[in-house]
Amino acid sequence: MSVTVPPQFEVLDRPLDTQMTISMGPQHPSTHGVLRLELVLDGEMIVKCTPDIGYLHTGMEKLFEYKKYQQGIVITDRMDYLNPLGNNLAYVMAVEKLLGLEIPERAQVIRVLMCELQRIASHLVWLGTHALDIGAMTIFFYCFREREKILNLIEAASGGRLTPSYFRIGGLMMDLPAGFERRVQQFIDGFPAALKDFQNLLTGNTIFHRRTKGIGIVSAEDAIDLGLTGPSLRGSGVAIDVRRTNPYTGYETYDFEIPTEPNGDVWSRYMVRMREMHESWKITQQALDRLKPGPVKADAPKVVLPDREAMKTHMDALIHHFLIVAEGFNVPAGEVYHPIEASKGELGVYIKSDGGPKPARVHFRGPSFVNLSALPYMVNGEMLADVVAVIGSIDIVLGEIDR
Amino acid sequence: MSIISDVIESTKAIIKGMGVTFSYIPKEKWTVEYPDEPVTVQPRYRGQHLLHVDEHGREKCVACFLCAAACPSDCIYIIAADDPRSPEERIGVDERYAKVYNIDYGRCIFCGFCVEACPKDAITHGYNFELSVYNRADLLKTKDDLLITKQKQSPNYRVAFADEDVDSEYKEV
Ligand code: SF4
Ligand code: SF4
Repeated sequence: MSVTVPPQFEVLDRPLDTQMTISMGPQHPSTHGVLRLELVLDGEMIVKCTPDIGYLHTGMEKLFEYKKYQQGIVITDRMDYLNPLGNNLAYVMAVEKLLGLEIPERAQVIRVLMCELQRIASHLVWLGTHALDIGAMTIFFYCFREREKILNLIEAASGGRLTPSYFRIGGLMMDLPAGFERRVQQFIDGFPAALKDFQNLLTGNTIFHRRTKGIGIVSAEDAIDLGLTGPSLRGSGVAIDVRRTNPYTGYETYDFEIPTEPNGDVWSRYMVRMREMHESWKITQQALDRLKPGPVKADAPKVVLPDREAMKTHMDALIHHFLIVAEGFNVPAGEVYHPIEASKGELGVYIKSDGGPKPARVHFRGPSFVNLSALPYMVNGEMLADVVAVIGSIDIVLGEIDR
Repeated sequence: MSIISDVIESTKAIIKGMGVTFSYIPKEKWTVEYPDEPVTVQPRYRGQHLLHVDEHGREKCVACFLCAAACPSDCIYIIAADDPRSPEERIGVDERYAKVYNIDYGRCIFCGFCVEACPKDAITHGYNFELSVYNRADLLKTKDDLLITKQKQSPNYRVAFADEDVDSEYKEV
């Protein structure tokens, strides 16, 4: 009796050494969101990797054109949701640049303090999930415990945990609550011990070394050519940090180092971020020491909402309040680009204004987006199991990539 | 590296890691048994809105539409009406009041802009955070759900004192 092989089984006749294409994600837990990678494999070796993005596309940049300038702040929270205060800062500073506003000293110090706390929180999520991807589960819980303290602080100041919207054009939403300094000091005092625990769990761990050293190498030249920024670039030995090269909110007056590591592999990027947490911790202490009483909103009655008491007692303040809320404020026509150092790299905001209360065009240069484009170069020739290590090491957030 | 030194190194790493883990056993607990224990929220926490009333029980809202104008997600719906009765028996503090005041919690992003915009302190954020429902239409909350006199407060939260320790949530207070 002769058997005819149905066409779908003919693939079995293929020689076993040919290449195979598999799809990793979008529901893969180690792609940090909804990222799909199309991997061409030769055995277990990656021949080609193509990131496929867009699963979280929300049209945020377009949305800005329909919102008044102050309403745009809440949209920025939702881009890189692990570093919302950094996004707030980039956006409000770009608008302030267009308006030519002077921000009071206290507001600037609070901005630095909150942004550095947020950077630590963002790095803690990276550390926990990156280690979890590689197989070290314990550290995840300790990272999230420390992050919880920071989120409590952010919640105490702004009312939101993941979406604080704390910075406003011309200053802050409101001043810090009573007792905030003491609570930040409490966190600062406890953090080095936690950092030491993290180091004990991972830094000297041979199993972790084996998974990270010499994996996903990108040289300094390639890193610059690929447009890498942030810790991913500094992991290749290039000491570029926007806080140093293009200082904003007074970062030039703080004493901190730019950590770099020479090798450009997953381990180097890990070490850079671990050391960066320590540097951020140093900056928070300095910012805390500098906090002095003073106003937290710029003196610009046509842009900044008036004090609530003044609004209820003074007619002109009430009129300004009505006008700002109902109609917004006009921003002089022009274009502006403002970069800041977010936790993942250079976050740039480009705003084009046509003189009205709504922007004509807003564009974000998201660090995750550009850093992700380097992934195919990093994983080329690596093993399939190393892809998750490399993805973790570039620290991407899909909310920012898809926007 | 030979296989023996490999095994020794890995064992050392595991012992060191377990050392960190074991050092936590005598320390205090870091988790909250929600919903058996209440979650701590900070005083400024932005939860479900509350519409306030004055000391005579009259609604503070004067239907000025500022909150609706400030809202980035266009989720506040108001119909204004006039109440020509005498000040004592009015619904609101003013002649003009909001006959309908709806917030669509399918759209609300809890940004607090409405609270900032309100000139009468008529709307604030409460602390209710358990807002999930089985039916999408139930996300639309009317005045009956929002008025401070009518909104049921969840027993599952506890508001922190302003000056509480940063990790108080996990300790007995
Ligand atoms: S919290 Fe924000 S989104 Fe929600 S109703 Fe108020 S302004 Fe609108
Ligand atoms: S809640 Fe406040 S802002 Fe909104 S309509 Fe009433 S009075 Fe005006």
